[in-house]
Amino acid sequence: MSVEIQVRVNGQPHQSHVEPRTLLVHYLREVLGLTGTHVGCETSLCGACTVLLDGRAVKSCTVLAVQADGASVTTIEGVSGLNGSNGGLHPVQEGFWEKHGLQCGFCTPGMICASVELLGKNPNPSEAEIRHALHGNLCRCTGYQKIIESVRYAAAKMKTRKR
Amino acid sequence: MIPAPFEYHAPKSLEEALRLLDRHGDEAKLLAGGHSLLPMMKLRLAAPRFVIDLGRLKGLDYIREEQGMIAIGAMTTHAEIENSSLLRAKCPLLSETAAAIGDVQVRNRGTLGGSLAHADPAADYPASILALEAQMTMNSSMGVRAVDAAEFFLDMLTTQLRPGEILTEIRVPALGKGTGAAYCKLSQPASGYAVVGVAARVTLAAGKLAQIAVGVTGVGPKAYRAVNVEDALRGKKASEKLLAEAARHAARGVEALADLHASAGYRSEMAAVFTRRALERAVARAAGTKA
Repeated sequence: MSVEIQVRVNGQPHQSHVEPRTLLVHYLREVLGLTGTHVGCETSLCGACTVLLDGRAVKSCTVLAVQADGASVTTIEGVSGLNGSNGGLHPVQEGFWEKHGLQCGFCTPGMICASVELLGKNPNPSEAEIRHALHGNLCRCTGYQKIIESVRYAAAKMKTRKR
Repeated sequence: MIPAPFEYHAPKSLEEALRLLDRHGDEAKLLAGGHSLLPMMKLRLAAPRFVIDLGRLKGLDYIREEQGMIAIGAMTTHAEIENSSLLRAKCPLLSETAAAIGDVQVRNRGTLGGSLAHADPAADYPASILALEAQMTMNSSMGVRAVDAAEFFLDMLTTQLRPGEILTEIRVPALGKGTGAAYCKLSQPASGYAVVGVAARVTLAAGKLAQIAVGVTGVGPKAYRAVNVEDALRGKKASEKLLAEAARHAARGVEALADLHASAGYRSEMAAVFTRRALERAVARAAGTKA
């Protein structure tokens, strides 16, 4: 038995029929073809599948697609379309580029989505606040120090762009 | 890793949810934030035929002050509890506990009611709910009833909730002047669950421990009040030595759990350590000497 859902993903409205047990991450990757969101641990620990659901960071392996009915989702593919990007890379993406915030890149989409939520709520986070906000995102290349620097770069960049 | 197939219902009102629950009985599971149920369904530890999603209900997501108590809707998320200015001012213990749960993404989805109804023995809230002597309100098609937190937790993953009942509201007291509380936790490093979690609430009057409540989670099959600790402290003048001695009783009479993260002996020892820490912090806060 399938259920009809309407979800706005990266600004685009989608109407789909899904099995109720379909996880949001599989809907995004397999139905919509947005493979930038990664499937990591599948047990809501690693954060690789983090997307923004109505602006809040969530682990899309632990949300049913039917729970996102009527909601707005932003995936890594849509981050550059968010406010503050001016059509190019989002400041958080730019920070990861400039500060070498990634090695293999597997955790990066989730890291970036979680960082975007943080900077939306707290434009000037301390190092401790960044670590608290990214506690649910694991990097197996152990690049945490560079990731913190990337987020700080983005915070500074967003401040100057606002002026 | 996906759940077994199920039939999905998304009721718009509490009445509709209760009707569905009555109709489908124990073949149905209630879905709140989904951060306990969905992982269990993905591992096929749970395979309900019907899932009743409470996420579309209006009116179970609130935090408001009512007659000296703070009423919290069961669908309120951990993030909302962590960041609520009302709770931070009037009952900071609950915000402190919510902030210790999982991570940002988990706190954005998981709910107070969902966590309490699930009653995981390593969940954080039960310690604080017990220390706050909270009241739990449950609705069914037969009506409404309320129980004290101390009666709510029956066993591992088992609560007072009867078939056909939905936990709808949790009421905690507004903490007055002279009262301090703290939640201290030993986290399992991978999952963030409490190996041991202790919530202490103390009220000082004329330098003495007039009221005291200690809730312990993670140690036994269900969260419990550490009454032996409370009895050793009540009416006495707080000192570092007294708190440490009383904390030794934290796991007395409790059959501690053992798993690959902690042996029963280690859990009992850590119960004493974290009880002492929670007591020290609660007393300091009650005295206004430390934040």
